[in-house]
Amino acid sequence: MNRTIRALMGATALCATAGIAAAQDTTLTVATVNNGDMIRMQGLTSDFTEKHPGITVEWVTLEENILRERVTTDIATQGGQYDVLTIGTYEVPIWAKQQWLVPLDGMPDDYDADDLLPAVSEALSVDDNLYAAPFYGESAMVMYRTDLAEAAGITMPESPTWADIKAAAEAMTDKDNEVYGICLRGKPGWGENMAFLTAMANSYGARWFDMDWQPQFESEEWNAALTDYLDLMTNYGPPGASSNGFNENLSLFQQGKCGMWIDATVAASFVTDPESSTVADKVSFAQFPNKEGMDNHGNWLWAWSLAIPASSQKQDAAKQFIAWATSKGYTELVASKDGWRAAPPGTRTSLYENADYQSEAPFAAMTLQAINAANTQKSSVQDIPYTGGQFVAIPEFQGIGTAVGQQFSAALAGQMSAEDALSAAQANTTREMTRAGYIK
Amino acid sequence: MARAISRNSKIGWTVAAWLVALIIFFPILYTIITSLKTEQEAIAGFDLIPSFSFSSYETVQNQNNYFRPFMNSVVIAVGSTLLALIVAIPAAWAMAFSPTKRTKDILMWMLSTKMMPAVAVLVPIYLIFLRTGLMDTRTGLVIILMLMNLPIVIWMLYTYFREIPGEILEAARMDGATLRDEILYILTPMAVPGIASTMLLNIILAWNEAFWTIQLTTTNAAPLSAFIASFSSPQGLFWAKLSAASTMAIAPILILGWFSQKQLVRGLTFGAVK
Repeated sequence: MNRTIRALMGATALCATAGIAAAQDTTLTVATVNNGDMIRMQGLTSDFTEKHPGITVEWVTLEENILRERVTTDIATQGGQYDVLTIGTYEVPIWAKQQWLVPLDGMPDDYDADDLLPAVSEALSVDDNLYAAPFYGESAMVMYRTDLAEAAGITMPESPTWADIKAAAEAMTDKDNEVYGICLRGKPGWGENMAFLTAMANSYGARWFDMDWQPQFESEEWNAALTDYLDLMTNYGPPGASSNGFNENLSLFQQGKCGMWIDATVAASFVTDPESSTVADKVSFAQFPNKEGMDNHGNWLWAWSLAIPASSQKQDAAKQFIAWATSKGYTELVASKDGWRAAPPGTRTSLYENADYQSEAPFAAMTLQAINAANTQKSSVQDIPYTGGQFVAIPEFQGIGTAVGQQFSAALAGQMSAEDALSAAQANTTREMTRAGYIK
Repeated sequence: MARAISRNSKIGWTVAAWLVALIIFFPILYTIITSLKTEQEAIAGFDLIPSFSFSSYETVQNQNNYFRPFMNSVVIAVGSTLLALIVAIPAAWAMAFSPTKRTKDILMWMLSTKMMPAVAVLVPIYLIFLRTGLMDTRTGLVIILMLMNLPIVIWMLYTYFREIPGEILEAARMDGATLRDEILYILTPMAVPGIASTMLLNIILAWNEAFWTIQLTTTNAAPLSAFIASFSSPQGLFWAKLSAASTMAIAPILILGWFSQKQLVRGLTFGAVK
């Protein structure tokens, strides 16, 4: 009897030791992009490893498109090189349907998934299963200079129409002093000018495709949206706008050269940061504009999110990491180190209920309103066969969106008319959608 | 009779040469200038006068330790070059001194492999690396870069070897030199300038390679190309940091190129005039 007990105890001890050894061997490889919030997370990794002594974390930071390429190759070949991926709301539904991602069920009890903002949570779910946890989220809104608006005698409504925007841009423009009424994206790319123009077109009642996947660029709505965009940028925008993306406009706004900038809500924390913005205390916010009589504010929604590839061999440890990085506790950790303004925005309801955050982040209420208003399941007022807000959630969109973006950017550069750009976009998209088998 | 060169013509050609050199070097110069600006200055527009801010270098080093990718780059570039030379010298010898009627075809075929886009063979090579445990290892990258650059190395060496009179090798053979002696003690010393320039060029090519070195690494073997790629940001200003990372990455190869330019030029023009 004694011998049996001793043998059992020995075996248990051996198993325990082996278990500890195995746990200590777990190294998670996290692939990410070089955004400020991600870099901050890297710096705080020790908090996670202290709480999970058996796990170490290795970071791979890559340029956004290289990251997509690398991760796609790795998942397609079942390489298992990565355990946690940083991906966006565009990839999550597509990759989840391909069964490339692991559903994030069985998260720890204190994770409180119900606290995630419903619009964000919905955009990252397929068949009611969450496939990625949002690290930070964004919609789009108007950021404008209160001093310039006041000097021009303009009162910006909380929910402006495109006519209000045009009037404000005209009033605030002072080209002699290098102040331009409006700064918008013009650099070609599905995630650059087409993110903005798709949201703008949504707010004009346009849609990318009808229910038979026929492109709709020759519709009145697209024509009105693109014509107004070109009119705004040609008359009141900065020179060389066709090469301006998020970063270029951020710089222009921070230098006080833009009266308004309509872009991702995450920019609000940059333009109100006194360390990098010369106009930090002269900025206010308004909802993404809509066309008069059209109940649609663009439906822009993006969330950089953490997901586990199906090829990962360390899915349990990866889940623990994601639970830590996207938890309420992580937000509090960031706030304790760098202040509430630095807390990753746009993911949890509790952040927007926090009085400290509200007082430190003047953009909090408008950000929340913009995110909550975004409907990525039906981004157009017309019937559509796709999901996605400022993009179309099909694998072909990266190529098609960039090709269309090049036409529209050329129109902005004055190389072609709006009609010619729309015709070219229609022809190109019809060809690609036929090739891909959507159009029979 | 040598053509007389007038003073004016000499000045004109010198200025033109300097201008061409400046145009070629300008992107590198502007990268260095940008690295010494703040992020706001870097994105503000064209300006040749930086504020000499070193904050980007500090951020880059703090965020991503430079020395690990640097050492990986050194090992991969030098390793792949030496391995390529070991394979290429006998191959070029055979083609230069014992050609067959198919030698030219083989040379053209080897060169044609460089015309294929690398991405076309990404998946098979990725799978081979996964199955053989070469993924994210220096050994794997040494092998792949050796294979990628081998056609150029063989071509260059073949050209240099062709300039060496075959009679010298014949004489060595008559004196009883074995094949090994012939390659090691007769051919190689005579082709040193050519081999040196091939080696330098191959090191530069391997150092700058940014497709396979990014696709086949994650953390352990990631060289400076991956280090640079990590500083581009979709949301946030990054030009100064990216320029600082690029300057740190190209500095060693620039210095190497500067000190070895005589050998490089001598080797590249070797055999140009008979």
